[in-house]
Amino acid sequence: MSDHADDVTAEPADAPRAVFHVEDLRVYYGDFRAVTDVSMDVHDNEITAMIGPSGCGKSTVLRCFNRMNDLIPGARVEGRLDYHSIPLYDHKVDPVEVRRRIGMVFQKPNPFPKSIYDNVAYGPRVAGNKKGLDDLVEQSLRKAALWDEVKDRLKNSAMGLSGGQQQRLCIARAIAVSPDVLLMDEPCSALDPIATALIEELMVEIKEDYTIIIVTHNMQQAARVSDRTAFFTAEVDPNTEQRTGLLVEYAPTDAIFSNPQDERTENYVTGRFG
Amino acid sequence: MALSTLGNHSVTTTAVERAILGKGSDSKGLIFKLLVGSSIAFALLVLVVLLFDVVTGAWPVLTGRGADFLSSDLRSRASESGVFQPLRGTFWIGVFVVVFSFPVGIGAAIYLEEYAGDNVFTRFIDLNIRNLAGVPSVVYGILGFSIFVKFFDGFFPNSVGQHAGKTTAAAGITLAVLALPIVIITASEAIRAVPQALREGGYGVGATKSQVVRTQVLPYAAPGILTGTLLSLARALGEAAPLILVGAVQDKLGGRTGFFDFAQFGEQFKALPITITNFAGRPGDDWQEVTAAAIVVLLVLVLMANTAAILLRNRFEKKRG
Repeated sequence: MSDHADDVTAEPADAPRAVFHVEDLRVYYGDFRAVTDVSMDVHDNEITAMIGPSGCGKSTVLRCFNRMNDLIPGARVEGRLDYHSIPLYDHKVDPVEVRRRIGMVFQKPNPFPKSIYDNVAYGPRVAGNKKGLDDLVEQSLRKAALWDEVKDRLKNSAMGLSGGQQQRLCIARAIAVSPDVLLMDEPCSALDPIATALIEELMVEIKEDYTIIIVTHNMQQAARVSDRTAFFTAEVDPNTEQRTGLLVEYAPTDAIFSNPQDERTENYVTGRFG
Repeated sequence: MALSTLGNHSVTTTAVERAILGKGSDSKGLIFKLLVGSSIAFALLVLVVLLFDVVTGAWPVLTGRGADFLSSDLRSRASESGVFQPLRGTFWIGVFVVVFSFPVGIGAAIYLEEYAGDNVFTRFIDLNIRNLAGVPSVVYGILGFSIFVKFFDGFFPNSVGQHAGKTTAAAGITLAVLALPIVIITASEAIRAVPQALREGGYGVGATKSQVVRTQVLPYAAPGILTGTLLSLARALGEAAPLILVGAVQDKLGGRTGFFDFAQFGEQFKALPITITNFAGRPGDDWQEVTAAAIVVLLVLVLMANTAAILLRNRFEKKRG
């Protein structure tokens, strides 16, 4: 797979590199079309936010980026989704390898019922990496701004941590496998404002090393941390009454919030609906 | 102004008071509580009466002969008869159930829950496993007789004659098959109770399916799986009907083989439930006492399996954090 990476050099050197190139992406659950019309480029070392009302398919799209939708029976992805010019849904692509490069942090903190150390070491271990784990665990926890709080109790269960600490542990767990991209699915929705601020700070710090895509319900959060914002909404088919999510507008965050091009975006970001 | 405010205030207070002080006791709720309470009282009462009856009946034998009762052979005189062979038979049948039905049952459950898709075929299999769990145990006896007894005919060097295949091995595997659907169902339920977030967390850092199953799903489901499987063992140990068909005997002792002697597997087997039935049919108070004592032995054996289930479950749950 690595020899494909050379294709990227075909792009102009000074242009921001597109980590993901999405074109006319559609996601189906069985016969139900959940998301349609998604086209966007995700650039490296940026934070890309996906916002929109509930049920607009932003989480569904996020879960396409690391083939997490494969776990849902009946889910089907159509259209183009390239990761460094490699079509992610090509039958030759190994989803396990994809997920080692494209990590994920979930809405509800989901630490494993193991020790703090074993949580962070889990990813490297399943990848067959058994040496230098102590250093790796420390580095990952430091990057996730959790080291000082847990360094004396690495062997304790992760379930004893607070919600905010658990979520930072999940971030440490994700970065322990040194991914290229971090997907975050409403990572702060279960956290209080102080824990949220910590995570946001953390995201801005680590974007130097990672490309981050975050789904959020919180427009202020998108405005505070992201470089680009994608606004999704849902449209109801008058015949079938099925809701299908679609990408309305994708632009630099400033533009989305100060000068939206689409009326639906404007209504949403000014708080008139959603 | 102040007065009227005060007046309004007191009016509201009375209304609130009336509302929250309620309308006396909740008689319907009380009756319901009494009903459910008496259900548990009835269940406990039956259990206590049964236990008391058995233990008082067995008391002379248990106190008088103690360990001697466990190590004595089956005899035709009540005062000399012990339960060595049937206890040994039931113990080894339990070992067969553990060795055969636990790995196969847990494996099948993992396949059904984690690997098999949800389609007509798997739903058909699932339904049939549930039906198998409800099949009368005597049917398993017929199966055991027609398959396993034939299979073990001539399998062991010392098993000869017309009863050659009616061995502990055949009985153990028959009961293992009887326990299998229950093991599959309880293990499936335990696996289904594993939060999806755990699996996603594992996949999210690049674990393969088998890694997620081994390192996340199984450790989390272990307490539930253990409880279910050991309870199914307890059920299998108490079964008598299939053993009659597979060929449990009460006499035909043959030579005295030890508790861990391999040669016993070739002999015709004895088992506690059969022995209890046989003892109970013999005349005289002394046989009734021996019957009660044998029941106590079986009960203790089953209780030990259940206690093991509880201890192991607590250990695994602690580990789960």
